[in-house]
Amino acid sequence: MAPGMRPLIRLRDVWKVYHLGDVEVRALRGVSLDIGAGEFVAIVGASGSGKSTCMNLIGCLDQPTRGTYRLGDVDVSTLSVNERAAIRSSRIGFVFQNFNLLGRSTALENVALPMIYANVPFAEQRRRARELLAAIGLHGREQHMPSQLSGGQQQRVAIARALANGPSLLLADEPTGNLDTQSSTEIMDLFLRLRRERRLTIVVVTHEPHIAEYAERIVTFRDGRIVSDVPQAPSSHAADAVRA
Amino acid sequence: MNLFWMTVITAFRALRRNVLRSALTMLGVIIGVGAVLTMVSIGRGANAAVQQEIQSLGNNLVMIIPGATTANGVHSSSGAAASLTVADATAITKECPAVADVAWAKRQVVQVVYGNQNWATAAHGVPPSYLSVRPWPLSAGRFFDQRDEAGASPVAVLGQTVVDQLFAAGEDPIGAIIRVKNVPFEVIGVLARKGQTAWGQDQDDVVLMPFLTAERRVLGTQILGTVDMVVVSAATADALPKVERQIRRLLRERHRTPPGQDDDFTVRDLNEIAEASKNASAVMMNLLLSVASVSLLVGGIGIMNIMLVSVTERTREIGVRLAVGARTEHILLQFLVEATALSLVGGAAGVVLGIVVTRLIASLAAWPTLLSAPAAAGAFLVAGAIGIFFGFYPARRAARLDPIAALRYE
Repeated sequence: MAPGMRPLIRLRDVWKVYHLGDVEVRALRGVSLDIGAGEFVAIVGASGSGKSTCMNLIGCLDQPTRGTYRLGDVDVSTLSVNERAAIRSSRIGFVFQNFNLLGRSTALENVALPMIYANVPFAEQRRRARELLAAIGLHGREQHMPSQLSGGQQQRVAIARALANGPSLLLADEPTGNLDTQSSTEIMDLFLRLRRERRLTIVVVTHEPHIAEYAERIVTFRDGRIVSDVPQAPSSHAADAVRA
Repeated sequence: MNLFWMTVITAFRALRRNVLRSALTMLGVIIGVGAVLTMVSIGRGANAAVQQEIQSLGNNLVMIIPGATTANGVHSSSGAAASLTVADATAITKECPAVADVAWAKRQVVQVVYGNQNWATAAHGVPPSYLSVRPWPLSAGRFFDQRDEAGASPVAVLGQTVVDQLFAAGEDPIGAIIRVKNVPFEVIGVLARKGQTAWGQDQDDVVLMPFLTAERRVLGTQILGTVDMVVVSAATADALPKVERQIRRLLRERHRTPPGQDDDFTVRDLNEIAEASKNASAVMMNLLLSVASVSLLVGGIGIMNIMLVSVTERTREIGVRLAVGARTEHILLQFLVEATALSLVGGAAGVVLGIVVTRLIASLAAWPTLLSAPAAAGAFLVAGAIGIFFGFYPARRAARLDPIAALRYE
């Protein structure tokens, strides 16, 4: 991130320790990380390196065992379960590897789901969900069930859902892990477009190098620590998308 | 409110998703509520029947029967002593101000004959005031009056059962001459049908005749003026204890009973008997109700069981909801509403079942039943409460899920 910029995400010496029976698992061992508003960061590393744990902490799904995490001007480490839920509701959007759509709800209802918990009036929920579906190119598929959509389309519904309450931070955990190459490219291009249009901060966890190439900064985890944090020129393909 | 209705819609959708499972889960509550409602209907019906019975005996009655005798150490049954007389009865009329009316009766089982038919029935010798103390309309003819009484006229008023036994269908008994213990009597009236008592005694199997006629011509009494029963009506229900007290004092005085010795008569308050039978039926009803409640309880456990299954099945859904910003209360509410919807729909179905079964019992078994709206509403609400109570634990379990673990759940 550029020097002097106020970070959106600020992790300081964060530890996460689990106890699985008698075994102590140190998933994170003193991680410090700043991510500025509007950055597109890829977090990479082998499985078990702590990247998903770090993502869960950033997403306010979890609390650090030790250390502090500030999101904007809020110290998340001190928040209650429901206060964190409120932050997830208003400021964070999640995209998962397996989409995690509600299988018996339509695309429109899936997109509207976060708005229910944000107390958005019903008519407004419908209107915004339609708009979002149109914005990600699924106009006309509002009443489709997830099972009637392709993997790439399901992931786009999930992205629309993540944007429902107008978050500033989009977290994607292996967003292309279940997709073919073409769909993966489409999804990553969509990320780039959304970032530009909506000034989103995007953090993507991935183990696929060509996905990480879309980001302008790559943070590598190994054994619960950050071993490298390097800026990079976005790939030509991605740059094309940015120009477009 | 918006959120609440969304939750309700979501809940009904979740239940519709697996109709058979939802229906089977509700079955316990349906049967429970149906059973409770049916039991209450039957209980109330029986109660009302008993009440009506007591009412038909007359209002605010006190019955006096002679006491037991003790002769040479042998204790005979109550009512055996010839200690109660017409004079006692008339004295009660005169000396007890709280008494409204008095009648008395002398009874005996007799053979009555008409043409080639004969029948054994109870002959009651009663004064003309009898029907005013014990309300009993006539279906035909007239009741005997003071002149019949004074003249010991051989006239009789028959109960319906006796009419049915002696006369052919359609034959008019009025004016017919029947023989009671070989004494010819003219039938002057027929009593309206009263039916059986709660304890199965046929009240219509009776022949009423003037007291003097009975005493002198039929029953062959050894001591003139003795009676088997005196019936007294009090002016009001509140006056009953006072009437009882006055009668007891008067009769002890008249019978010269020394202080400390037992009464030689028994005074029974019929309202007390009514109360007792009411209590008995209440005990019965509570017993049946508690059995029915067990079914409701089992239904509640069924709901809890299926909700726990549902929470496990939908762990990922819960994880997604938590991730997109649902608070613990939202999840708690969702599953609580689902459990309550199950139990309320079951409760409504149970109310319908209860009404149907009650109707069936009323028409097939001819039991007196009385459906009550408060009981139906009560059973329905109890079902709802059971849903909330048994739904709470699974709902809390869902609400306390860790979002990360829930999202990873396979």
